[in-house]
Amino acid sequence: MVNVGEILLNLWNSSGFAALFSGFADGGWQNLVMIIVACVLLYLGIVKQFEPLLLVGIAFGCLLSNLPQAGLYHQELWDAFMNPDSPVYHSYGEIMRSGGLLDIFYIGVKTSLYPCLIFMGVGAMSDFGPLLSNPKSLLLGAAAQMGVFAAFFGAVCMGFTGTEAASIGIIGGADGPTAIYLTTKLAPHLLGAIAVAAYSYMALIPLIQPPFMNLLTTPEQRKIKMVQTRTVSKTEKIIFPIVVTIFVALLLPDTAPLIGCLMLGNLLKECGVTDRLSDTVQNALMNIVTILLSTSVGATMVGTTFLTKQTLMIVVLGVCAFILSTCGGLLGGVVMCWATRGKVNPLIGSAGVSAVPMAARVANKEGQKANPSNFLLMHALGPNVAGVIGSAIAAGFLLSVFG
Amino acid sequence: MDNIGILDAGIVALLGYAVVFFGLILLMIVVTIMGKIFMAKDKKKTAAPAAPAAAPVVTEAAAPTAPGSAGQLKLYDVEPKTAAMIMAIVADKMGKPLNELRFISIKEVK
Repeated sequence: MVNVGEILLNLWNSSGFAALFSGFADGGWQNLVMIIVACVLLYLGIVKQFEPLLLVGIAFGCLLSNLPQAGLYHQELWDAFMNPDSPVYHSYGEIMRSGGLLDIFYIGVKTSLYPCLIFMGVGAMSDFGPLLSNPKSLLLGAAAQMGVFAAFFGAVCMGFTGTEAASIGIIGGADGPTAIYLTTKLAPHLLGAIAVAAYSYMALIPLIQPPFMNLLTTPEQRKIKMVQTRTVSKTEKIIFPIVVTIFVALLLPDTAPLIGCLMLGNLLKECGVTDRLSDTVQNALMNIVTILLSTSVGATMVGTTFLTKQTLMIVVLGVCAFILSTCGGLLGGVVMCWATRGKVNPLIGSAGVSAVPMAARVANKEGQKANPSNFLLMHALGPNVAGVIGSAIAAGFLLSVFG
Repeated sequence: MDNIGILDAGIVALLGYAVVFFGLILLMIVVTIMGKIFMAKDKKKTAAPAAPAAAPVVTEAAAPTAPGSAGQLKLYDVEPKTAAMIMAIVADKMGKPLNELRFISIKEVK
């Protein structure tokens, strides 16, 4: 005779509910908190539409990895993978053998495959025309990397190690794939916190930047109308990605994967003979990789490693990095405005943080607030794409120092 | 380098910022030179056909103004006046008459 009671008891014991409540004091509460955090992030992504394409995946990955007994993600497996004394050190075979679905997804993050493919999509969606027509924009892209290095310094002062500080600092680059790429290489245990901070602040750009734009520029400067720049030929647009790849990869070889993919994506778009590939990179590939990247990054937000004082410090340092990068770009814009005797609207400097094209849109909006007939979007896109290259160079530098 | 001191961190931060500037300034120089070469080429191209144009040749009458874009256009949250402006700018940038371009829809991205 079947013992129904025993079956039900076994069913209960093997359930996630039992694991959650029986081990409540022993980590169960952390899982519960992370499930609530995941629900809050889902709310922000779906209802408030904060970077929904990424935040929804990140939140759901977080939710899945914090469900006890689900076995989708195993933090202990990755700890062993990273431990040089472990017999399964750097063994992807062990991950494939013993890992869950999200562990297998995460291999793409660990091998830097996803950030590079995302960069390829970004390249295919970017227009470097505004940058080519006004090469001085590159200076604003460089100035806006101030937050990266200021936050790095701040993180060291707060007790983080060099590799951790470098990963935290790159949040100031406002470039998700670069932040993930560098963190995976230098401080993988901070990946969840850094990715969430980077993408959350990118979504909050329209709220974070305007107060500092008003603080660091005068109303007269914000009213400046910029003249239309020259038209860039097709040949120039084709040659540019090739030149940048050769030049930047020779200068900082550690940036080669990121810059190479960014420029390959752009070349596919501009060369005019690979429209099918460009379309795939911009749409299908980008969407597939976004799903895999966001869920696997979210999966790293396991309660035991995420709910720490460090995460709180990363969140604070991240916002400081973002603000300082905005200020760096704006100050660069002010200097350029002064040097050109009022021909450059300093607001375009704030777009030097990568976040394409959100930061350029914010600069345009603030410019129109000061002068409704002002159209800064195309002018701001120059520093915006320069910021992407600048943050990749900053990441390459940090990687060459700490990698 | 992992256990880096505050002084060293300051030096690394300054050096890093300088390297980013150095890299992008070099790139700016390369892009500027590239731009100048292409602008000089364009000038040569436009100057070349200018010579025969100077000859007293009777040219054909100017083509009539394009009546409008081909096909039906759907507008989503966009004023017709704004749409007309956008279409005119696109046609001007592409160097093609408006009636040879087909706009399917114009939607405001919020």
